[in-house]
Amino acid sequence: MASERLLRTPLYEEHKALGAKLVDFAGYEMPVQYEGIKAEHEAVRTRAGLFDVSHMGEAVFRGPESEKAVQRLVTRDVSRLEAGQAGYCAVCYEDGGTVDDVIVYKRPEDFLIVINASNREKDLEHFQRNIEDLDVEVADESDAWALLALQGPEAESILRQFTDEDLSAIKPFRFVEGEAGAPAIISRTGYTGEDGFELYLKSDDAPEAWRMLIEAGATPAGLGARDTLRLEAGMCLYGNELDPETTPLEAGISFAVHLDKDEEFIGQEALRAEREEGLRKKLVGFEVEGRGIARHGYPVMADGEEVGEVTSGTQSPTLNKAIGLALVAPGVEDTFEVEIRGRSVEARTVSLPFYKRES
Amino acid sequence: MSVPEELKYTKSHEWVRMEDDVATVGITEHAQDELGDVVFVELPETGSSFEAGEAFGTVESVKAVSDLNAPVEGEVVEVNSTLEDSPEKINEAPYGDGWILKLRVSGEADLLSADEYEKFLQEESS
Repeated sequence: MASERLLRTPLYEEHKALGAKLVDFAGYEMPVQYEGIKAEHEAVRTRAGLFDVSHMGEAVFRGPESEKAVQRLVTRDVSRLEAGQAGYCAVCYEDGGTVDDVIVYKRPEDFLIVINASNREKDLEHFQRNIEDLDVEVADESDAWALLALQGPEAESILRQFTDEDLSAIKPFRFVEGEAGAPAIISRTGYTGEDGFELYLKSDDAPEAWRMLIEAGATPAGLGARDTLRLEAGMCLYGNELDPETTPLEAGISFAVHLDKDEEFIGQEALRAEREEGLRKKLVGFEVEGRGIARHGYPVMADGEEVGEVTSGTQSPTLNKAIGLALVAPGVEDTFEVEIRGRSVEARTVSLPFYKRES
Repeated sequence: MSVPEELKYTKSHEWVRMEDDVATVGITEHAQDELGDVVFVELPETGSSFEAGEAFGTVESVKAVSDLNAPVEGEVVEVNSTLEDSPEKINEAPYGDGWILKLRVSGEADLLSADEYEKFLQEESS
């Protein structure tokens, strides 16, 4: 791996200049933190943080049968989306296991699907293979787009300084194609549990937009804070909560799965059957009661038996407690133990999300 | 990165201050910087003994878990229990209030001088 050259986003030089700690993430050299995860986390919860998530992939579906193609590939009924609306959904295999979790943007002429960087090749291959019979073109535009996420209670007031768009009119999971210093898709979406925007910009325009937003008061924030923020908000991360062995129903994102949709999607039958027969495992949120931090992959035990596995865990900077998500057997309720490096530590299930902003 | 002259070091980024036969142990400025915000420290019981190089506890940041290794063979005579409530001391003062434990040394130690440790850091980063 070390010899393989890492990819860089258009903001690489900005990260270097800010003294970011850079790590390999999905083949990209990405900032994990600048000043520190806790400070960046708090900036997003109380003011505004700015993330470079340009490593995310973008696939555009064009052509007369683009809607039909997207309907077949994702779990959400995208015929219900209006132009200017986005929807979170899963992409499944026939057996219901998860290929990826994505956001579908319905534009007037096409569909833009935002995919996880680590799944880019796999997703494109899955898309192409399953829609060969349809009159649709799928373009991988990942390298053409930079993606900035401006998140936090001050996101709107900061962004307002750079755009004439009426930001208050952009409701959650809505977007406009307009200007924000440069041509941009301005989308009211995010991965932090806060209000905020994601800005899709041409790669060349990204560094100036980045500098401008920081100058206006946004705190640069890295992938470390992005992970603690999304976990507090109870959001799934592909590779942790979701994978080919886990269905979106098991991972608790049934709100993104329209089992009743008219046009069949790949995996629909398997998911319907699982809904009927009962989930094989389920995602729960928990707090560690004893001392220690549960981490991805640690066993979950109940009455001396292994009944599941921690999918994500951290020390929550907002709650100042060790929290986590786990996939557990259906019968597991209220309390269980997490095996933390050979030690059994009490944990208690709590309802998700761990953190919800006041609206 | 500060590497105090009067201390000894390990390649796993612990520092050691020798006073008679008692070694005070912590992690270096470089180690805390690499870890990021420390949020949890697992300490051994006083009275327990460790071989040189043996893991005696763990230090966890938001992102990562890292073993703490005994730089020298010895018996734990004191642990810095204030770290249980204030693990951030390891970030704030790695060579001061963020010390981790004291060992009564019972064996030979193969430790790096400050110069050697600095050279090691340079090699590691190149």
